[in-house]
Amino acid sequence: MRASVNDFAIKLANVNGTGSASANGLLMQAIFRMGIPVSGKNLFPSNIQGLPTWYEIRVNHQGYTARALDYDLMVAMNSQTYGKDIHEVREGGFVLYDSTWPLDPALLRDDINFLGIPFAQLCNENFRDPRERILMKNIAYAGSLVAVLDVDMDIVAALLDEKYAAKKKLKESNHRALRLGYDYAKDHFPCPLPFHLKTMDGNQDKILIEGNMATALGCLYAGATVAAWYPITPSTSVLDAFKGLCEKYRRDPATGKNNYIIIQAEDELAAIGMVIGAAWNGARSFTSTAGPGISLMNELLGLAYYAEIPAVIIDVQRVGPSTGMPTRTQQGDVMECAYASHGDTRHILLFPANPGECFEFGPKAFDLAERFQTPVFMLTDLDIGMNDWVVPRFQWDAAYRPDRGPVLGPEQLEKITKFQRYLNQDENHVAARTLPGVDPKGAFFTRGSGHNKFGNYTETPDEYREVMDRLLLKHKASAKFVPEPIILRQPDAQFGVLTMGGCDLAVREALDKLAARGVPADFMRVRGFPFDSAVEAFLEEHDFCFVVEQNRDAQLRSLLTLETSVAKEKLRSILVYGGFPLSAKHVIQGILSSLGIPESPAPELLSAASRRQEMQVED
Amino acid sequence: MPSIVKPIATHPSLQRNELGLTIRDYEGAMSTLCAGCGHDSITAAIVRAFWELSTQPHRIAKLSGIGCSSKTPAYFVNGAHGFNSAHGRMPPIATGANAANRELTYIGISGDGDSLSIGLGHMCHAIRRNLRMVYIIENNGVYGLTKGQFSASADIGSKSKKGEANRMAPIDPVMLALSIGATFIARSFSGDKEQLVPILKAAVAHRGFALIDVISPCVTFNDHEGSTKSYLYTRQHELKATETDFVAPASEILAHIGQNGAVSVTMHDGSVVRFKGVPENYDPTDRAKVHSYLEEHQGQGEVVTGLLFVDETVPDLHEMNATADVALTNIPYEKLCPGVEALRRFQEDFR
Repeated sequence: MRASVNDFAIKLANVNGTGSASANGLLMQAIFRMGIPVSGKNLFPSNIQGLPTWYEIRVNHQGYTARALDYDLMVAMNSQTYGKDIHEVREGGFVLYDSTWPLDPALLRDDINFLGIPFAQLCNENFRDPRERILMKNIAYAGSLVAVLDVDMDIVAALLDEKYAAKKKLKESNHRALRLGYDYAKDHFPCPLPFHLKTMDGNQDKILIEGNMATALGCLYAGATVAAWYPITPSTSVLDAFKGLCEKYRRDPATGKNNYIIIQAEDELAAIGMVIGAAWNGARSFTSTAGPGISLMNELLGLAYYAEIPAVIIDVQRVGPSTGMPTRTQQGDVMECAYASHGDTRHILLFPANPGECFEFGPKAFDLAERFQTPVFMLTDLDIGMNDWVVPRFQWDAAYRPDRGPVLGPEQLEKITKFQRYLNQDENHVAARTLPGVDPKGAFFTRGSGHNKFGNYTETPDEYREVMDRLLLKHKASAKFVPEPIILRQPDAQFGVLTMGGCDLAVREALDKLAARGVPADFMRVRGFPFDSAVEAFLEEHDFCFVVEQNRDAQLRSLLTLETSVAKEKLRSILVYGGFPLSAKHVIQGILSSLGIPESPAPELLSAASRRQEMQVED
Repeated sequence: MPSIVKPIATHPSLQRNELGLTIRDYEGAMSTLCAGCGHDSITAAIVRAFWELSTQPHRIAKLSGIGCSSKTPAYFVNGAHGFNSAHGRMPPIATGANAANRELTYIGISGDGDSLSIGLGHMCHAIRRNLRMVYIIENNGVYGLTKGQFSASADIGSKSKKGEANRMAPIDPVMLALSIGATFIARSFSGDKEQLVPILKAAVAHRGFALIDVISPCVTFNDHEGSTKSYLYTRQHELKATETDFVAPASEILAHIGQNGAVSVTMHDGSVVRFKGVPENYDPTDRAKVHSYLEEHQGQGEVVTGLLFVDETVPDLHEMNATADVALTNIPYEKLCPGVEALRRFQEDFR
């Protein structure tokens, strides 16, 4: 058994649709308010009610809050998954379970401790309504965790008061259920357990937020007025959040009229069509979707690319191909987005790593889309979008104004004899556009068919090529405008490790631990495509690099080999793509095994359970 | 689409509209469609309608999908903003454009392949949203650019140029639109500009989605004997259910409305559509009656034309969404961004 303060992981096994989310959220928020670095990962099924669902909480005073894989405490509230859940507890760990019914002796392990609390019985005795009995079981187990983990009871009580301020009866029930679990644990077990919490000061300027909310907030601050979408997991909450934000901040108090419009489209083909139509007219417009939606949007993405119309596409990635696993996370849309649509197309991609960057990259995506008159993809994923992250408070620069790119208004048009759509290019090879309805002189004909630099129809090879070649130059020019990579160097680094997006925390934790073991490495997280010169330089200065990503086909590695001069052999892949968020342990194991270094000096690195996580290392 | 620039030569005696523009100012590039194509007649009717309405050319957005019909926006109103998009996808593009800027006049040109096959879903949903736009289906029952395949509007028994008979039931855009709540439904014939021009003007004035299905024979692939979309067949089977006049908003004319028992409908912008002649028991504002009339007459093989149904009471996309009265594109960024202090306060909820 290891004793530790503010450094452990717990997993809560529940049945979905029974109300466990509010209890788990309550615990998360309480730990957050205690000032302790914490993360919450919701591992949920694609189902409404009745299937197994898990929630993992990792606390770590050093700020390592990527997924843990080893669990000090399992809250086993789902008898369907007892076997698997009990098996996953680390040696010397604890299982908290509902002892209303006896545990099958076959499930017992003598290297872990079992804490039984008769939750169902307690709730049946204390609550009358059948639904309430089920719901309150969750709050009761939260109460017992408050006792065994030493969660600050005052904070938990205050949270319940805030949440149910307007619902007196519910507030009373919740408090009662919380106390039931708390008192039972205090009376029957030595509290707290050897691993527990202690208030610290780590979250002073932090917030606890999901990436999808942050993305919506970014779009709001970017000045987006038109959103078109089709419901799809895991991106739906982006639009739900955007709607809520618009109702709060975009309704004219004087007229009651909305300074925005959100259209639920008939499918993703229509959603991207609406975004393109709105952007053609000059609105900042976006859609939010997942991989299957991008597949459908491919046709019109090519139109936007070729006709040079801005569009912002939020892709909250999930597991593919096909329907795949809608409620599991992956980074599998990189190649699909980079070259979406038929013919020669290439797009601008942004890879935020956390809610903070989701917010920051929102306005950035619109600025890039308008400056370069082209689709811009922001690739988040389910882990970033739907899980609970502790991140620094978002900052906003009051001086920010949208970069609309080159747009000619009446004054500029007056100075020229005749407006030609693709003629007047700037230093970034972007040709000035006009907006419909603004000025008689600005009228032009937009077409997805072959056109020359004047915007006229063409089937002439030279004229066609002239436009296509400029589009390539334009895409290249955008490299210095996408967010630069994050590079962290270590003295005597022997190799580099590249990654993107939500792998960030796990990879950085892994590199810290590897450095402590005498295996130092440089770190680079790419944040945009096309790659800028810093990416190329990092690849050049290392003999070899690992590329850590969450997909089977090493898509980031492929993109790097296609779009930089790096030799393919220099890049070794570490691929974790089973659908659950990445852990530092995956990365450490992958790097050590590739380097041929035995893991034995640190046997605690990987338990038998974590070894089972699907993973592939390629040289 | 290919097009040929038209020489501009304006005769000094040409009549001018309220904006001082002649009808030549509403023309576009030279058509490259086949000589005698019905679509060119529709183009001519559109030119006339906009000229008569004195619409500012640059305040018109003309959109289309892909197909022969979708080439035609290049052939009318040169001064308008054009968008020739992708096959079947014009309705979503138009929806987004209108969402962003409700102040422009939107006209979409589509065909039976574009609207009744690949883009059928999009058209239906644009109808459901009551998107304010003129939506023309240039309906010839055949795919022209790919050389003669049946489209979804081909009637059972109608013969292709090679003599093959169509065996599948057609999708009738008029009946379909009636069944999903369309608020303005007309059918016309490309050979009848007299009928089409007032319908087009009424469509522009309409509060929401104005569907005009225009039978427009394909002279190359579907104008032969045995085709039910030929000039001859349409002329022989046409039944004009209604005749309409369009009366622009002007008080001295309003005095005449409703005389002689004729039906008249006041449009959203104050203009009036006057039905000069309608059959007994036909009420162009009564969906059920229109439906049974069409069932009866189309069942007899007649091609019923005219402005068939109007409902000015249904809110359009923006009204349903309570969107700002001005174009969203005209709202300054300062009004859209909640600012530093709002962000600080908002984040208190995430503590």
